[in-house]
Amino acid sequence: MSTIPSNLRYTDSHEWVLDNGDGTATLGITDHAQEALGDVVFVELPEVGRELETGEEFGVIESVKAASDLYSPLTGEVVEINDALEDAPEAINESPYEDGWVAKVQLSDREQLESLLDADAYSRIVEAEQE
Amino acid sequence: MSELNHTPLYAFHQDNGGKMVPFAGYEMPVQYPMGVKKEHEHTRSACGLFDVSHMGQVLVHGANVAEALETLLPADIVGLEQGRQRYSLMTNDSGGILDDLMVVNAGDHFYLVVNAACKEQDIAHLRTGLGNDYRVEELDRGLLALQGPKAEAVMHRLCPAACDLVFMEHARFEIDGIPVWVSRSGYTGEDGFEISVPADACDTLARRLCEEEEVEPIGLGARDSLRLEAGLCLYGHDIDTTTTPVEASLIWAVGKPRRRDGERPGGFPGADVILHQIEARDHARKRVGLMGEGRAPVREGAELFDADGQAIGQVTSGSFGPSVGHPVAMGYVSVEYAEAGNSVHAEVRGRKLPMKIAKMPFVTPGYRRG
Repeated sequence: MSTIPSNLRYTDSHEWVLDNGDGTATLGITDHAQEALGDVVFVELPEVGRELETGEEFGVIESVKAASDLYSPLTGEVVEINDALEDAPEAINESPYEDGWVAKVQLSDREQLESLLDADAYSRIVEAEQE
Repeated sequence: MSELNHTPLYAFHQDNGGKMVPFAGYEMPVQYPMGVKKEHEHTRSACGLFDVSHMGQVLVHGANVAEALETLLPADIVGLEQGRQRYSLMTNDSGGILDDLMVVNAGDHFYLVVNAACKEQDIAHLRTGLGNDYRVEELDRGLLALQGPKAEAVMHRLCPAACDLVFMEHARFEIDGIPVWVSRSGYTGEDGFEISVPADACDTLARRLCEEEEVEPIGLGARDSLRLEAGLCLYGHDIDTTTTPVEASLIWAVGKPRRRDGERPGGFPGADVILHQIEARDHARKRVGLMGEGRAPVREGAELFDADGQAIGQVTSGSFGPSVGHPVAMGYVSVEYAEAGNSVHAEVRGRKLPMKIAKMPFVTPGYRRG
């Protein structure tokens, strides 16, 4: 069973969102997503300054098996990206919620966080997929 | 969708946590809990056990069977000594490739190993082509591949006599009382053995091999990245009925005695096309290796371009090469671009990624040539 921290918000496309409490949010992919992808060999990161719309593709994670798009859970501007993933993409597998974070976004609307799934709701999606 | 077949190792895969996927009509493990990359690395550093029982194993019996097989295969079969194995191709009348296969001279008959997805068609092709004087027998046997630099040490404990085989030799032995047919060969670029075993003893032998501490079961995912790094073709991707052996850079699979200036020239399907291409070198495209300069994998189907943006070919297999540390691929390019060292671009998600034409194999083979 994969780890689903209770302090994060989630999407049904398996991204996680951490509310940094300062109007920004950090994004990544969930433990379940990295398990399903397998060994990550490449991450295509968005550019800092890019404006993201909810649901927009903003990057790609490639594993030995396949390429998988990243979808923005929120609307906002990319203010920081995890450059370390360029040389160490395996951080996504080893530490999906910490070292494997992908991007930090300045939110256009903080209220939008409330519309995302909480850990319980996301757990049910993961369980349903595994049946 | 039709029912998927199971190999004799279905329970073994489940007991080992194999993630099962459909492949060539079989339910096969794409990976085990270790994961594709670690399975790949384990095979390169120690020893991996692969279930390749889905492949077709065929015996061909009859008088002068080597001469008869040469009517269907461009390899030098008559010159293949007893106990030796050779890579060959089945060709069609237009010089395309129907399948690639291994051929073993087993004395009074020949033993063939063909691709799973092609086996029914291959057997029909053999029966039609060889006629009623020959018996083509499909075997109900399992096939295991034990691959990696520690394969010999493992084999030495279970069947020391098999360690006297060198690359592409074949002989029959017993392991714990199980009769096995062993070839020193594989599909990873490593030293290793391919072990044909009666179907009802396959599970026992696989579990026995996995008791050895160097041995881990390896899935299809790593099998693909290992063979790609070794520069070995995957039928249906890198070669098919639209590619000739010359275009596929497999001229070496057309035996010297079978060429125009040889002792037994031609006489196989498509010989006029293939032998003409060998002499005239007027084929338009060629299979080459490609190495990426960044990290983004370039996969099957990616279009290739020259520096001026002109389309020059297409990738037929590609992945990140865990042992190479770069994206590796193979594909077809116009012959004028085929020289190693040339720079090309592969289009991935609308971007042109730099790649270089590279010599294959991408890794140094560990074959034990004696």
